[in-house]
Amino acid sequence: MLIRKPDDVRPSEITPETLYRNRRDFLKAAGFASVASVAGLGVSGCAEAEVRAASQLGPYDTDEEQTPYEAVTGYNNFYEFGTAKDEPARYAHTLQPRPWTVQVDGLVRDPKTWDLDDLLAGFTMEDRVYRMRCVEGWSMVIPWYGFPMAGLINKLEPLPSARYVRMETLVDEEQMPGQRRGFFGYTLDWPYVEGLRMDEARNPLTFMALGVYGREGPNQNGAPIRLVVPWKYGFKGVKSIVRISFVEDEPLNTWQQENSREYRFFANVNPNVDHPRWSQAREQRIGELFKRETLMFNGYADQVAHMYEGMDLRQFF
Amino acid sequence: MRREPFLKWVAKPVVFLLCLFPAARLAYDFFTGGLSFNPIDDVTDISGRWTLRFLLITLAVTPVRRLTGFSPLTRFRRMIGLFAFFYAMIHLAMHVIFGFVFDIGAVLRDIPQRPFITAGFLAWIAMLPLALTSTRGWIARLGGRRWQRLHRLVYVSAAAGVIHYFWNYKVTEPGPVLYIGLAALLLGFRLVTRMRSRSGPSAV
Repeated sequence: MLIRKPDDVRPSEITPETLYRNRRDFLKAAGFASVASVAGLGVSGCAEAEVRAASQLGPYDTDEEQTPYEAVTGYNNFYEFGTAKDEPARYAHTLQPRPWTVQVDGLVRDPKTWDLDDLLAGFTMEDRVYRMRCVEGWSMVIPWYGFPMAGLINKLEPLPSARYVRMETLVDEEQMPGQRRGFFGYTLDWPYVEGLRMDEARNPLTFMALGVYGREGPNQNGAPIRLVVPWKYGFKGVKSIVRISFVEDEPLNTWQQENSREYRFFANVNPNVDHPRWSQAREQRIGELFKRETLMFNGYADQVAHMYEGMDLRQFF
Repeated sequence: MRREPFLKWVAKPVVFLLCLFPAARLAYDFFTGGLSFNPIDDVTDISGRWTLRFLLITLAVTPVRRLTGFSPLTRFRRMIGLFAFFYAMIHLAMHVIFGFVFDIGAVLRDIPQRPFITAGFLAWIAMLPLALTSTRGWIARLGGRRWQRLHRLVYVSAAAGVIHYFWNYKVTEPGPVLYIGLAALLLGFRLVTRMRSRSGPSAV
């Protein structure tokens, strides 16, 4: 896939918004709606949500049919609010996304705790329509709202010795009831930790999202700020971030800590490297009936494959 | 004999409809939007869970009769077992049709590669001869004793089934643990009674 720089796009090539919306309506009528009615998915409210996302498609956006707002915000993995897919939507109202602070520490010019709004000052928010592939085998197309992580890294000025960036989710049983010990005494070890190599974090695809569908929130999607790495499995997208550390050694991410046989650090979407218990060759796109084939690096190989040249992806999965 | 017409015309149809109810409810929910945003997964999950429930019910018949001297479900055990197979077929069909879009070769290649799938397939294949020989004709053809011995394959099916369910999850969930516990209890009962009857007189 050829990625054009924004200035390569002539104004005449840009689809007028009305046509663009009509096309979406057409696609919706022809495709999703029929499947959805068969599958019993609710599509009401979808049109309203689509309008919010009707920014022009940029060079990194997919033009695939966007997953309806109700599904994006009603079918989530966010164990801090429960392990069932509908629990984040039901319980995330207890999260207070403001006031919010983010501790920035480690190998960085000025380690300090930021008020989130100060941290966000100066960034222009944009929409990014990305595929999202969960390690469990389902996928969505989500219009994220936020800004590229590269800008945040430039602002924070990590030292040259920083090789990885490590991020943590809030720990607070009051706000995140799923963090309490369950009936069997079982939960993940909190805080939820994820990380990226610095070159991955600076990749133009890597995105800090404040919300979906053109605005901040809702809580169940990782408010007030979360990571989006579209070529990796969804669990890399650490949510409700309260700490960003620049470090020398590869961080131990939560799922690797939980089960290092099944989950490691990179978590790149790869149809050729199966999960030990199930195939990763196909995925259930939410809103479709039949599973579709999973693409290498979730379809972002042109933008990211160069970062993994020479690496054995069976070993570094 | 006086109660046979009641069994045939009332009790069995009632149990039959009860067993069919989860499937009807599932179909209704599927077509009216009562499931989650991933309805294919939901149908697969729910049909799989009903398979296990019906398997465990059939396994509970004998222990309940031994312990209480009375088991109202004995006369319905074959029917309930067939319903376990019915829900297993829905479960498997979802996997083959929607998961693999009828690519049978890929389905078969997948089976030995992943213990999770291997266990599920084992649970299903162990049920297959039981479903096929569930008729009165087959009982007569095999003879009660051999038929019974064959139908002990249900132990394999239940054990593999609950492990398959457990392996489906990323983390340890209470549900699968409960099913494993119930299966262990019901299969353990048979192990204990068998050991007792072997060491029989001397132990008593």
